[in-house]
Amino acid sequence: MLNRRTLLATASAAALAAPRVSRAQPATPGVTATEIKIGNIMPYSGPASAYGVIGRLEQVYFRVLNEAGGIAGRKINYITYDDGYSPPKTVEQARRLVEQDRVAFLFNTLGTPTNSAIVRYVNQRKVPHLFLSTGADKWGHYQETPWTIGWQPSYRTEAQIYMKHLLEQRPDAKLALLYQNDDFGKDYIVGVRDILGDRFERTVRAVSHEVTDPTVDSQIVSLQASGSDAMLTATTPKFAAQAIRKMHDIGWKPPLHYLTNVSVSVAAVMQPAGPEKGVGIITSAYIKDPTDPGWRDDAGMKEWRGFMQRHMPDADQTDVNYPFAYGVSKTMEHVLRQCGNDLSRENVMKQATNLRNLEIPTLLPGIRVNTSPTNYHPIRQMQLARWTGSTWERFGNVIEGASV
Amino acid sequence: MSATEEVPAVPVLVQAPPRSAMATWQRGALVLLGLAAALAPIFVLESFQLFQLTMAVIMALAVLGLNIVTGYNGQISLGHGAFYAVGAYATAILMSHGDWSFWATLPVSAAVCAGLGYAVGFPALRLGGLYLALTTFSLAVAVPQILKHRAIEDWTGGVQGLFLVKPDPPSWLPLDADQWMYLVALGVSAVLFLLSWNLIRSRVGRALMAIRDNPTAAEAMGMDTATLKTRAFAVSAMVTGIAGSLGAVVIEFVAPDSFGFGVSISLFVGMVVGGVASIAGSIFGGLFVLFVPNIAEEISKAAPGVIYGAILILFLFLLPDGFAGLLRRLAARWRDRAAR
Repeated sequence: MLNRRTLLATASAAALAAPRVSRAQPATPGVTATEIKIGNIMPYSGPASAYGVIGRLEQVYFRVLNEAGGIAGRKINYITYDDGYSPPKTVEQARRLVEQDRVAFLFNTLGTPTNSAIVRYVNQRKVPHLFLSTGADKWGHYQETPWTIGWQPSYRTEAQIYMKHLLEQRPDAKLALLYQNDDFGKDYIVGVRDILGDRFERTVRAVSHEVTDPTVDSQIVSLQASGSDAMLTATTPKFAAQAIRKMHDIGWKPPLHYLTNVSVSVAAVMQPAGPEKGVGIITSAYIKDPTDPGWRDDAGMKEWRGFMQRHMPDADQTDVNYPFAYGVSKTMEHVLRQCGNDLSRENVMKQATNLRNLEIPTLLPGIRVNTSPTNYHPIRQMQLARWTGSTWERFGNVIEGASV
Repeated sequence: MSATEEVPAVPVLVQAPPRSAMATWQRGALVLLGLAAALAPIFVLESFQLFQLTMAVIMALAVLGLNIVTGYNGQISLGHGAFYAVGAYATAILMSHGDWSFWATLPVSAAVCAGLGYAVGFPALRLGGLYLALTTFSLAVAVPQILKHRAIEDWTGGVQGLFLVKPDPPSWLPLDADQWMYLVALGVSAVLFLLSWNLIRSRVGRALMAIRDNPTAAEAMGMDTATLKTRAFAVSAMVTGIAGSLGAVVIEFVAPDSFGFGVSISLFVGMVVGGVASIAGSIFGGLFVLFVPNIAEEISKAAPGVIYGAILILFLFLLPDGFAGLLRRLAARWRDRAAR
């Protein structure tokens, strides 16, 4: 009797407990009481391996964070793999991270073609795909890819900022636009259109070139013929240098000349073009340039430099990728703190899209990180800078891109 | 006496058929064992590992293609990544623009790549050795840029590439998409490996090797070297192109950046490490190309290329005639011991 009753009691208890156990089973992937796993993919080898330093700083950043106790008692297990900037390899590494290592989410994966290859996979699986290292605008398309969010200002935002400045300076300006015929260049067309709207057809003369073209001389000549009084050069360094030189040689000097911040390298663009030929060219920035002496006593840069000296003493401190990586890691840390104890994928995504006026030490003063469920462009502000013949000098206030 | 002397002759005659029957039985068991080993991963491995293995099978097929023209026919090609890319794009364009089923794209991709291979085969007739290597290499460098060209951008998607969706498993099979893709890759590869094996052991195969070993003698024996060489290129490009088609659906994305000249070099490395002029070696080559970079990366993130190079050199030192050579030597030793 007693035996049977005990048996029954045990059985029913087990039956009652079973669903609870199975409900507890699908715990948050990548999260335990003491650890959270984060996945990252970087080109440590291959054509874009110069960006590998970003992953290296992030590794150190999270290690240092763990030594200080981690976040809410959890250590961060930052797993980073090499894809050699090859999209098929990125797919393999993303699947390794999600399916084998079972990371909670992906963070700061680098490159436009590489992220394109995995964006559908991570969105199908509903894995947060946070703060990508690429300037393409499509990472802000929250309707189509709600689990993917960028970080840096997109090329489209940058173009909007130039147009805002242009309209303020010369409301009736006609614009000549030279763009590279790919994703990157076309984002600028979209940004210009955002601001000019239906005036685009009347006031803009856009000419494209291929990456494979030997020069852009003929494009520059035809743009000059359009009689525009402003110019936007949206192309990669080699062509930017050619454009600046050719414009000078044919004596075309539009009062306003904007240059994409992809091509502002002094060594790769301004020197080859001839430093004096580009005086007055305007570009934009959002990160504090580590070589700018103006930041010597800046608190944010002091923090960054302290980190570098203490934890990465051998690294090249003139490399702008380090302040970038520091800034994006800081944003990640903030999101994790904001998550509290709920590190489910839903909540991580919710908090990543719920950042309010976050200040990051390596971003220019006045630039704040803001996201919302309908704003997947965390950084939408930039400050303009003008080429003086030897350096880029920032001027004016921080300008915000359009809300579209 | 004479009767007893004659006795052994009879058993020898009688023994002969059972011995070959034994060999057939062994061969059958080997095939079954191989089949079991090939199919087991479907049930044993997790989907990510299965995906990796699928990619390894595809790389093995691509290496096989290269092996036909370089290993067996002696025409060095450093441009097989181009055929791989063209195969991938043929499938991707038909699937994403024409809504074709994956299976229907395979013959088209095969035909396009064979045609391209045939065309490349002609300059190859006039260029030997290093010159041919450079010519094919330039093909590998050119193809990613051609894919970006404005004239065909509407079809290729330019730098943005194309997305496609992997075929669903038939509803009567209790398999998920990854298991099905593995089965598809395995099935297609098995057929092509078998066909290549037959080709190599046929009259044509012997002619290909004869041309490689001594073109003058081959021609003197009446072989039409020009025809054989161009056709070898066509078959080789076709096999690699089909591998590209499979690769495209497994990755579900093609872009010019996916097919840099690194792909061609990887295939070449796979062929040399697996074993030049070896069908089984191609399988090992595929595994090497896919897994060794991962191992290298696990050892050092700072310089995975250096580790990869070191592993490669180590392999070439230890196995100068590739993995297939090792198998051959082991088999020879085993046969010696059996004979003793």
